[in-house]
Amino acid sequence: MSIWEYANPVKFMKTSSMVLPWVSILSALCIVTGLVWGFFFTPEAANFGSTVKVLFVHVPSATMAINIWVMMLVTSLIWLIRRHHVSALAAKAAAPIGAVMTIIALVTGAVWGQPMWGTWWEWDPRLTSFLILFLFYLGYMALWGAIDNPDTAADLTGVLCLVGSVFALLSRYAVKFWNQGLHQDSTIMKVGQDDPLDPSYYVPLVISIVGFVLFFVTLLLLRTRTEIRARRLKALEQRERMA
Amino acid sequence: MLALLSRDLKLAIRAGGGFGLGLAFFLIVVTLVPFGVGPEGKILARIAPGILWLGALLACLLSLDRIFALDFEDGSLDLLATAPVPLEGVVTIKAIAHWITTGLPLVVATPVFGLLMHLEGAAYYWMVIALLLGTPALSVLGTFGAAITVGLKRGGLLLSLLVLPLYVPTLIFGAELVRRGADGMETQVPLLMLAGITMATIAVVPFASAAAIRVNLR
Amino acid sequence: MMPELGKYTATVLLSYAGTLGPMIVLLGWSLWRGAKVKAALAAQEERMKKNG
Repeated sequence: MSIWEYANPVKFMKTSSMVLPWVSILSALCIVTGLVWGFFFTPEAANFGSTVKVLFVHVPSATMAINIWVMMLVTSLIWLIRRHHVSALAAKAAAPIGAVMTIIALVTGAVWGQPMWGTWWEWDPRLTSFLILFLFYLGYMALWGAIDNPDTAADLTGVLCLVGSVFALLSRYAVKFWNQGLHQDSTIMKVGQDDPLDPSYYVPLVISIVGFVLFFVTLLLLRTRTEIRARRLKALEQRERMA
Repeated sequence: MLALLSRDLKLAIRAGGGFGLGLAFFLIVVTLVPFGVGPEGKILARIAPGILWLGALLACLLSLDRIFALDFEDGSLDLLATAPVPLEGVVTIKAIAHWITTGLPLVVATPVFGLLMHLEGAAYYWMVIALLLGTPALSVLGTFGAAITVGLKRGGLLLSLLVLPLYVPTLIFGAELVRRGADGMETQVPLLMLAGITMATIAVVPFASAAAIRVNLR
Repeated sequence: MMPELGKYTATVLLSYAGTLGPMIVLLGWSLWRGAKVKAALAAQEERMKKNG
């Protein structure tokens, strides 16, 4: 029993159809719990007022926006090295989810920034990096859409993802150097330090992050299944035309 | 490899667009900007480094799709791929040829365009240094984009979408270097970062470009 | 039922709408496309079986 068994599309389809209902129920449960808790049952913060409630949608989406790119990098590498088709299709399926998460993070950030910083948009390092990340997602998806041959498309997008990752990271540091920001640092990792996030925010935040992760997994399985079917459909059509 | 370089250069010159087109485009950008922001010298001097950098970026982008397209169509790219010279070397040569035909003229012409943009004393030579250090990275990254989109019918727009985000670090450090140089602040950090990015790009990206070409020739 | 959000009501509501909206659209699109491809594949397999 090894993880590589799931590289077999048939095996993947079978397992994912068993797992999918559970993951989706769990994800809906976590998101509803986390967001309802965050929205209705958290106190106002001294310096943020009630806008602190934006935290529960902003932080999970921002976390996912970055981690989905990392996941795409890993699956692209697996495709390039071991040539498992499911892996390449998973990367393809993940990209639109990542792009949407990036938009959500940008939109909620803008909405939050308006009362806090007095502006919808500021060329702050984090905001700028996210905008650049969004451009990378767009380019990646456009490349998948432009190439007909699925193996060529998988190879080229894989290489693009590799190079893009390096330059996205580089841009992150360049942008930091370019402009010192308004954005507060991440506090979630600072538990136990001088200024930890209060537990009344911490617990619902973690629940909604878990919810967002599961939401991503649900969508990823769903979309990867669609991609596998679409690939099979294309192959069958081709065979029919040949015959 | 030298033969390949001279061949590419000759082709670029004879095809007529090589040296001239990028420069003309650069000139147009520099001419149009004052119409957009107004003719005040102070404002122009302030935004000059950014405008010159953007002009260089766009001028570089213009000629990218021609790097491999012709060789791909007439089959000489297949020959180059099977030649004793490694494909990575071929790609590097192509990038150098592209730089000589678009990047280098821009660097040489920058003082003149700087005049039009009211660039001030110290900013002059910092601008030239920044472009000299930065434009090779633009050419190499552009070659990567061209290698990925070489098999596509209408890759032009996609090419810009893929390549421009990769230009962000070079643009940031390049423009920052000029800004700091003009204000008399210390310039070591952006200078080293700009040079470092260019060096690392030249060293690593040709491998990715060669891999992309191999995929496209399959 | 509705918590007191004070002067930031619009901010908080907008951010929740701006999150759930795109997520639901994405989910709906994925489901719709999944159903479409599944149906098309089933039809294709059926036809090929019939034709041998």
